[in-house]
Amino acid sequence: MRIVVCTKETPDTAAKVEVSADGSVSWGDAPLVINPWDEYAVEEALQLKDRGASGITVLAAGTEVTRDALRHALAMGCDDAVLVDDPTLEQADTLLVSKALAAAVRKVDDVGIVLCGRTTTDGGSGLTPVQIGRWLGWSTLTYVSRVLAVDFAAGKITVERLLEEGRQVVESPLPVVISVVKEINEPRYPSFMGIRKAGKAEIPVWSAADLGLEGVAQVQWGAVSAPVTRDVQCEMITAVSVEEAADRLAEKLIADKVV
Amino acid sequence: MGGVWVWIEQHDGKAAGASWEAVGVGRRLADALGEKVTALVFGHNAAALGSEAIKRGADSALVCDDETLADFRVDPVASLLSALAKQHGPSVIMAGATTRGTDVMGPAAVDLDAGVVADVVEIEVERERIVASRPVYAGKLIARATIPAGVQMFTLRGRAFPAPAVDEARTGAVEAVSPVRAEGDITTKVTSFEVRGGEVSLTEAAIVVAGGRGVGGPEGFEPLRELAGVLGAALGASRATVDAGWIPYEYQVGQTGKVVSPDLYIAAGVSGAVQHQAGMRTSKVIVAINKDADAPIFRLARYGIAGDLFQVVPALTAAFRKRLGK
Repeated sequence: MRIVVCTKETPDTAAKVEVSADGSVSWGDAPLVINPWDEYAVEEALQLKDRGASGITVLAAGTEVTRDALRHALAMGCDDAVLVDDPTLEQADTLLVSKALAAAVRKVDDVGIVLCGRTTTDGGSGLTPVQIGRWLGWSTLTYVSRVLAVDFAAGKITVERLLEEGRQVVESPLPVVISVVKEINEPRYPSFMGIRKAGKAEIPVWSAADLGLEGVAQVQWGAVSAPVTRDVQCEMITAVSVEEAADRLAEKLIADKVV
Repeated sequence: MGGVWVWIEQHDGKAAGASWEAVGVGRRLADALGEKVTALVFGHNAAALGSEAIKRGADSALVCDDETLADFRVDPVASLLSALAKQHGPSVIMAGATTRGTDVMGPAAVDLDAGVVADVVEIEVERERIVASRPVYAGKLIARATIPAGVQMFTLRGRAFPAPAVDEARTGAVEAVSPVRAEGDITTKVTSFEVRGGEVSLTEAAIVVAGGRGVGGPEGFEPLRELAGVLGAALGASRATVDAGWIPYEYQVGQTGKVVSPDLYIAAGVSGAVQHQAGMRTSKVIVAINKDADAPIFRLARYGIAGDLFQVVPALTAAFRKRLGK
């Protein structure tokens, strides 16, 4: 059975993201990188291949600028990549993006597991993995921190999930959609050979027509703005002794009613 | 038809804080739109939450009490939510932007072909339309969104809205509903659940005590744990400490960890990289304790102590013990 990894590009997390004069979002000279969460999904796919998966296809819905994220995944060791690119997806919400990705997954033969990062560092709704699963009619196991057992022949998987109150162990038949948290592994760096291979790889483009995709975005995005910056002036607490400084701080915090 | 629905998330019969906050928001939106608030409680032995939701502001509740809903699994919950929505036709469905809230609202939205705006921090009715704002690019920007057609679905960030108090005088109808999935139709099976022992949930905590690289090693979190214990606070950590293996990932605050918004955030030995700030900048009061008085964290902080956390934190613990009588 094959693994599909869904990814996208995001501005580097250290980028200064701002609103330009025309109202668009800009991140200056900062590079677009593979969504950091997705590196864990790619690494887990590579490890699942060692555990019996037949191959790895990496998918992204995006535009030409998305190719570098796909190449990063190929350089890490994924076997092939596909870019889903269509003008109708430009203003897409998670409902439509997940529908497009689900349609692309259906075009790949014998998929056992779809892997996603738990969220993205740009839109960051965390909805896409569960929505891909729902369009496909497969179970979705989100926030997975460990794949405890997988049997591709028997079509079964057991994972550990990280929830607010603790760790849940869940069994599910394959195929399944999984979103991963960063605790799951330590992503490898692309090798020199991998980078060379990825540079030469052909990345086909699938359009909405190729996927038989119909649908509209329901969410309409309006203006983007900088968050209201709070004008905080840090009051440095100094005293003759640490004990006295600590006591003055405790007094202030109690007076501020936050303790 | 119409109405504002709130899905009440629960674990072991206890509702998530974000769910009560959503009931409060639901009440406000419903009053502005001239609609009613309905709370949805799905679980096993959790039916009492239906009447609690009414006391917190809902007009009525739909309660499904069934063994198939004892362990949280996405399919039976999301399928029941979307089936009821198809039957009753609410105009708005809300939930907390928690792991379960996201898991349920995403698939239900697919069933209803509805838009979802996730992780909302502000929501208002403007000219009879709901306008929601949410952080994007890890809080570096805020985006506004509307859902012009169909059911409008929103997940609300925890602690972004006040939790409504219980009003014992409020009454309303609690209606029992049946599940739509039998056990045999549910493909996933929960085999165990290991609850973290007695700790305060990081995303729901009113106070967070977080450690950064300055703690120096796993044992460096001990003085922070003691302070957290005295304050009833949750423990948090920076990415550097998690990557170094000093503390498990679930404690991580920041862009690739949890986003928290407590009343008080005490950062000890945290330098305050932008990625960490993304996870805590909306905290009401931030306290920075760091040897390096030039660390970026002091630019976010209301109070700062430039000093060694191994001296300052135990002194702070002692000061609170004395002042709080603990």
